[in-house]
Amino acid sequence: MAQFVLHKGSTRGHANHGWLNAHHTFSFANYHDPERMHFGVLRVLNDDSIDGGMGFGTHPHDNMEIITIPLEGALAHKDSLGTSSVIQHGDIQVMSAGTGVQHSEFNGNADQTVKLLQIWLFPNKKNVTPRYGQITLDITKRHNNFQQILSPDPDDAGVWIHQDAWFSLGTFDENFETDYQIKKQGNGVYAFVIKGSVTIDGHELSTRDGLGIWDTDKISFKFNTPDTEVLLMDVPMKL
Amino acid sequence: MKKLTILYVGRNQEITDTMNRLLNAREEWKGITTCLDEEALVMVKDTHIDLVLLGNGISAVAEEKLRAGLIRVRPALKIIQHYGGGSGLLYGEIMAAFRLGVI
Repeated sequence: MAQFVLHKGSTRGHANHGWLNAHHTFSFANYHDPERMHFGVLRVLNDDSIDGGMGFGTHPHDNMEIITIPLEGALAHKDSLGTSSVIQHGDIQVMSAGTGVQHSEFNGNADQTVKLLQIWLFPNKKNVTPRYGQITLDITKRHNNFQQILSPDPDDAGVWIHQDAWFSLGTFDENFETDYQIKKQGNGVYAFVIKGSVTIDGHELSTRDGLGIWDTDKISFKFNTPDTEVLLMDVPMKL
Repeated sequence: MKKLTILYVGRNQEITDTMNRLLNAREEWKGITTCLDEEALVMVKDTHIDLVLLGNGISAVAEEKLRAGLIRVRPALKIIQHYGGGSGLLYGEIMAAFRLGVI
């Protein structure tokens, strides 16, 4: 029988640093809730707004698969691998931190807030060679469709990571209904509502709510508002 | 709460230096760090360490040897893996280690 965990958006950890307004679905930085440590290998789901011209100075990471999804505005990235790039809505960025990488992330505009989701997964292999990737997707292909944005396979759609995980994004019309088939036995799905209202296997979710479902192979969706945006993270449940 | 002495062992010097700064930035923690396993063993022998964080770049073989060496010196020592190389997960990992034993 399917099991689930519901995280209402309003119950997330919150840190307002002035220039950075962050909401944490799972324990992060000074927000600690032993009941909110991870969903399978999904360890971090941060919903950040960064003021114009501001950002995170150079800082290190290791042994994490880090995915950044810009929702609005532009994010400038520089790292110790020599990458210098700007990502914006429609792009997906991935960094396998592996043995260690240093990077900085700044709002790419002086006068516009950048909003983004940053997601960290535990890798399935420690101490890999650090790598950076980004891709620009055709967002029209996610209309009433879960468009795959990430997988474990470099030859599959989207970016790839060192984990048996698949991410998808979709924007759906009101009253549209669809199913999602979990990609691998033992995986669960964490659904995060970016915007709108959706009923997932009987659970009604609103903007910024999250629902984790596991011990099932198929999930049903009914979208309750126009232009409902949902991110699905299909991840191994076993650490 | 008593001040916890936490030893971080990693291979990347820059990350190890960052971890030293992060651990010592909090009043309730005292951080000591090294990139060398032999030094880690001496530190655990000579200093009261509450927790060891294993960081980046330690191979599976080296980790097994290091864990065995540390436990030989201090059988009840808490040893956990630190992920992320920065401040994001550090607090949660340390909190979980002392509430749950081992993550």
